[in-house]
Amino acid sequence: MIRSELIQKIADENPHLYQRDVERIVNTIFEEITNAMARGDRVELRGFGAFSVKKRDARVGRNPRTGDSVEVEEKHVPFFKTGKLLRDRLNGK
Amino acid sequence: MGDKTLTRMDLSEAVFREVGLSRNESAELVEAVLQHMSDALVEGEQVKISSFGTFSVREKAARVGRNPKTGEEVPIQPRRVLTFRPSHLMKDRVAAGNKS
Repeated sequence: MIRSELIQKIADENPHLYQRDVERIVNTIFEEITNAMARGDRVELRGFGAFSVKKRDARVGRNPRTGDSVEVEEKHVPFFKTGKLLRDRLNGK
Repeated sequence: MGDKTLTRMDLSEAVFREVGLSRNESAELVEAVLQHMSDALVEGEQVKISSFGTFSVREKAARVGRNPKTGEEVPIQPRRVLTFRPSHLMKDRVAAGNKS
């Protein structure tokens, strides 16, 4: 399923809404999650999962082509942990 | 770095502000989005949200695990797990936003 298919499903269930409003609604949800993580906040969606930010320490990496060592700065990466309900549903419980 | 935790309520509040539906309907739409994504994943489908990320279901084979406390061997059944791969855009925005 891709974004446009998700939008279509929501639009089909809500014939009273304009398609462009459904697009804005779906986009707002994902945008809000990304914005939260960009601020370092967590987004906890019970039953579905939680988005959080993890810190990766600075390290000395290697250029795989040349073998040269390079300093890799500390950085923050997005992380998702599946919620219990969804994890159980994936396994037919 | 922020330390707030947002919930469904914050997402529906954002929808409410953006589109001007009732709070109730905004909350229902947030729920519908999560429900459709979950249903697709349970069906084994990949959910690909451009410029956000991709959720995919992976099959894990059975293996023998160990209770780390007792050292006892326990069989782990084959199972399906969900993985999320953030888009480049999300990675860049999260990295830039949390730069010290």
